[in-house]
Amino acid sequence: MGFKLQASRMTATTTTATIAAAAAPIDGRQPVAPLLERIRAGREFGTNVYSTINVLQVLYHRVLRVDPTAVDDPDRDRFLLSKGHAVAGYYAVLAAAEFFPADWLDDQGGPASRLGDHPDRMLVPGVEIGSGSLGHGLGLGVGTALGLRAQGRLEPRVYVLLGDAELDEGSNHEAITYAGTTGLANLTAIVIDNASATHGWPGGPAARFTVDGWTATTVDGTDHDALHTALTGHDGNRPHVVVAVVDPKED
Amino acid sequence: MRDTFVDTTTALLADDPRTALVLADISAALFAPAAARHPDRVLNVGIREQLMVGVAGGLALTGLRPIVHTYAPFLVERAYEQLKLDLDHQDARAVLVSVGASYDRAAAGRTHLSPADVSLIDTLHGWTVHVPGHPGEVAPLLRTAVAADTSAYLRLSVLSNERPLGGEGALQVVRDAGPGAPLVVAVGPTLDAATAALADLPVTVAYTNRPRPFDTAGLRDRAGTDVILVEPYLAGTSSRVVSAALADRPHRLLAIGVGREELRRYGSADDHTHWHGLDASGLRRSVLDFVSPALR
Repeated sequence: MGFKLQASRMTATTTTATIAAAAAPIDGRQPVAPLLERIRAGREFGTNVYSTINVLQVLYHRVLRVDPTAVDDPDRDRFLLSKGHAVAGYYAVLAAAEFFPADWLDDQGGPASRLGDHPDRMLVPGVEIGSGSLGHGLGLGVGTALGLRAQGRLEPRVYVLLGDAELDEGSNHEAITYAGTTGLANLTAIVIDNASATHGWPGGPAARFTVDGWTATTVDGTDHDALHTALTGHDGNRPHVVVAVVDPKED
Repeated sequence: MRDTFVDTTTALLADDPRTALVLADISAALFAPAAARHPDRVLNVGIREQLMVGVAGGLALTGLRPIVHTYAPFLVERAYEQLKLDLDHQDARAVLVSVGASYDRAAAGRTHLSPADVSLIDTLHGWTVHVPGHPGEVAPLLRTAVAADTSAYLRLSVLSNERPLGGEGALQVVRDAGPGAPLVVAVGPTLDAATAALADLPVTVAYTNRPRPFDTAGLRDRAGTDVILVEPYLAGTSSRVVSAALADRPHRLLAIGVGREELRRYGSADDHTHWHGLDASGLRRSVLDFVSPALR
């Protein structure tokens, strides 16, 4: 399969399950794994690529109400990738869901490519924000959730994916406190926790959210059923955070 | 100017359901009636300027037209990366309205001074910058900015000329000394000091309250050899634009404005106008030195 899963120190059992899941088709369309290999093109991927892809697959396969033929539908769910460096899996999942042709994956980052090392919403259908500089997605997500609410669009939900180290950026804490204390109910944050924050989050990342009134679920970031339950576990009255714990980042 | 801004924005919020207002506590009390009527579109995020601009970006991505307001240094300098990324990079557009200008709150000291705001906005692409010179100019400029679909920066000040002028961005000749005369371009509230300083001198005085996009066609029509910019923010902010517009002609440019040096002095806005040479006596001295030292 070529996945460098050993690099993330997963157990053999988890590795097998993850490969099987990664290879499974989304919406009956293309499997993700070969697309990811196509992007990789022989390069080494960091473990962050593999730590994020399970969440992305559950989101795009089972949670998000998005349609590649209607990327501007005002009532679509929004997925905002705040940790923009986790881009390879994102592109593979979007290509699998046919937001853009798979041949865009070739020469990723090249002079004629629309797919950079960080995603650009102006270049890639289905990408909701351009990201790369950490700490911007959650504020944009709060604004998006507020804008939907102000227009009476109560069905769509806004999902923002961050990393535990990204939470170092103070801008996140402006957004966490505001969303929590005002009860911004149509927002879900997802924190991929690979224990990479330099000074750590004693008590876990979820505590930073729950103290401000968010609901929180912390789950195994490779367990698709647990992720699905957590990602659909909001109570409708408050913002919700899912902390997806994966193997610690290697130095 | 702030009162006019509040009244006009309150009316816009009532008239157009696309309009939203994002605040970071500053002026929140003035907008309390609007917030009561439109709780989903008047959003005070608290003292969180990064979030304020991020929220504006998100609102714009859903199709709303956000107006974002606080003191100039907190709006433009503190959250500069949010302007660059959460607005420009997303192709999300907003109308930013600041108070405080370069030194309106002189006694508050450096933390509340923002002479570099227009220069920073000028690093971004495609923004309109409005610098009203009178409270009577604020409402039409704000309405124009909100009705457009580009991003705009509206810079309000407690400093003001005696009378409002219109112009919709085109250079307006206030005093015409004929072809070839030195051209003084006064921006926003600097106009009255410029006209008073130069009343008896053979120079043409033109006014604009929209330095971006600068009326380069009007500049080329009016400019002779000597051009003098008088701007109420960092000196030289518009030099780049004027130089490019006149690149094919021999010309000389004097750029007058707020100095870069931190004065570490309090006092009033008028004191700072004097110290930066933006009052009538300072402007007269600078212009004479530049145009004709022998006349002094």
